[in-house]
Amino acid sequence: MSDATAPELKLPAAPLPRLPAWLRARPELALTPLVFVVVLGLWQAVVSLGLVSQYVLPAPSNIGLALFEGLRSGLFLKHGLVTLGEAAGGFAIAVTAGLLIGTLIAEVRLVERAVYPYLVMVQTMPKIALAPLLVVWFGFGSTSKVAVAAIISFFPMLVTTLAGMRATDQGRLDVLRALGAGPIRCFLLAKLPDALPHIFSGLSIAVVFCMTGAIVGEFVGASAGLGYLIVQANARMNIPQVFAILLALGAIGVAGYALVQGLRRRLLFWEPKQELSRP
Amino acid sequence: MTAIDDRRAQPGGLNQPRDGTPLIAVRELSKVYPMAKGERVQALSRINMEIGQGEFVSLVGPSGCGKTTVLRILAGLIADYTGDVSVSGKSLHGPSREVGVVFQDANLMPWRTALANVLLPAEVLGLNRKQARARAQELLSMVGLEGFERKLPGELSGGMRQRVAIARALIHDPAVLLLDEPFGALDAMTRDTMNVELAAIAARSKKTVFLITHSIAEAVFLSDRVLVMSSRPGRIVEVIPVQLPRPRGLDIIVDLGFAATVLRIRRLLDGDTASALPSIAH
Ligand SMILES: Nc1ncnc2c1ncn2[C@@H]1O[C@H](COP(=O)(O)OP(=O)(O)OP(=O)(O)O)[C@@H](O)[C@H]1O
Ligand SMILES: [Mg+2]
Repeated sequence: MSDATAPELKLPAAPLPRLPAWLRARPELALTPLVFVVVLGLWQAVVSLGLVSQYVLPAPSNIGLALFEGLRSGLFLKHGLVTLGEAAGGFAIAVTAGLLIGTLIAEVRLVERAVYPYLVMVQTMPKIALAPLLVVWFGFGSTSKVAVAAIISFFPMLVTTLAGMRATDQGRLDVLRALGAGPIRCFLLAKLPDALPHIFSGLSIAVVFCMTGAIVGEFVGASAGLGYLIVQANARMNIPQVFAILLALGAIGVAGYALVQGLRRRLLFWEPKQELSRP
Repeated sequence: MTAIDDRRAQPGGLNQPRDGTPLIAVRELSKVYPMAKGERVQALSRINMEIGQGEFVSLVGPSGCGKTTVLRILAGLIADYTGDVSVSGKSLHGPSREVGVVFQDANLMPWRTALANVLLPAEVLGLNRKQARARAQELLSMVGLEGFERKLPGELSGGMRQRVAIARALIHDPAVLLLDEPFGALDAMTRDTMNVELAAIAARSKKTVFLITHSIAEAVFLSDRVLVMSSRPGRIVEVIPVQLPRPRGLDIIVDLGFAATVLRIRRLLDGDTASALPSIAH
């Protein structure tokens, strides 16, 4: 029994040591690109064999060409900067207003009683539905897009700020109160830092929502921006360009999210390091 | 009940300090917590006590009897009580800088280093930065945390965090130190060491100390007097003077007087706590 299993045990282990050490430690570094290549290859094959119409699903090669063309001509950059500007404007407004109003509601009883019921009411409405109205109010220029971006990013900011301000550790507050610290000191020395993890969840939602807001605003009516470009390309049945713009939007979204996470790691240095979950 | 009334009647009774004017005086202190649905919890009922300058007084009693409530009132964190509380002859209105508090939990700011946590009261009270820094360094060494100044609370053990909290309570050199089960989370060995250190701090700096503890042995080891509370409603049932010479070492647990005092308090608590063990911590 034992002499039969001994040589067998070595067999499954044999191919692994030949792999480089980094690959054995993190196989996902090879597997993730591999999945990408396989899916892309299958996709290309399905479209090339004529199984799906080019108008429904363009081949990856055509999307790549459209992306290259859009970047080379400067078209994507020009419209991308417009959308980015609108999203950034909306983000800034939403963050400022969310932090201010969230803090006021949490700290001042009277403000909570006066405005909170209305905010809850508005919050349950789909804010996207306001986009056409906002375009009527603020015109076809950038302002209406900033407004849409601001409104849909505002609520996640408000709700997370409120939750953060209410998550204050009472024990730490007691330490400050026992020293006779006033409300401003308590806010700066305990409540605000304690609220930061919540606020950062709000920021990472808002940074994605503000792009959505700007694009939806452009859908309703615009003369520039990536949302406008999507509508144009769609109308001309230039589906590869639509996909190319979606890729560009994805890249912007990832960059914004990475920026927020980077800031979080710096500002919330005391948080226990979160291990990336590896299957 | 008659025992308490006797003491209240007779001046210089046991719930008053043995010498000097009282630094803390509590008269007929009662506290009711309002609850949901209009219910009320009578947490404290007619507490009377006096703590003299430089005296070390402990408060023992079963869980939930109102010990923390007494401490929070003395710390100025609870305002809606009835009765009279005064510190240094002045009746208490809110927190006082003459008081340093160590809570049941360390309550450190996780975003501040050990040193910055110790410096927090100095910042809030606007003390001289340079002097406070030097003192904070000294205090950290005193509680055995030299070399851990730059560590964040998340990098410290529970016992180390509690020691940072003790250093923090001392930074502004308060006359009174209030401690709410400061060593509850420590292992018996560390706890013994911390008790010896606390006795030394109290003796050296002549601070007035009010300690809440679940450990009778700890209370007897450290205190001049031990106040024994019972619950529902919380009231002081006995005041036990501890007539053991100072300085006291850990070997006091084999002293007959020590054992007798511990036993006496244990009988008063009447099975509310676990049986006596030959350790300071238990
Ligand atoms: N904030 C509060 N609201 C309502 N009831 C409270 C509050 N704090 C304490 N109590 C009640 O008052 C009583 C005394 O509580 P307290 O915290 O003073 O007890 P304790 O002696 O410190 O207990 P432990 O030894 O477990 O810490 C308990 O019955 C508790 O339920
Ligand atoms: Mg307690």
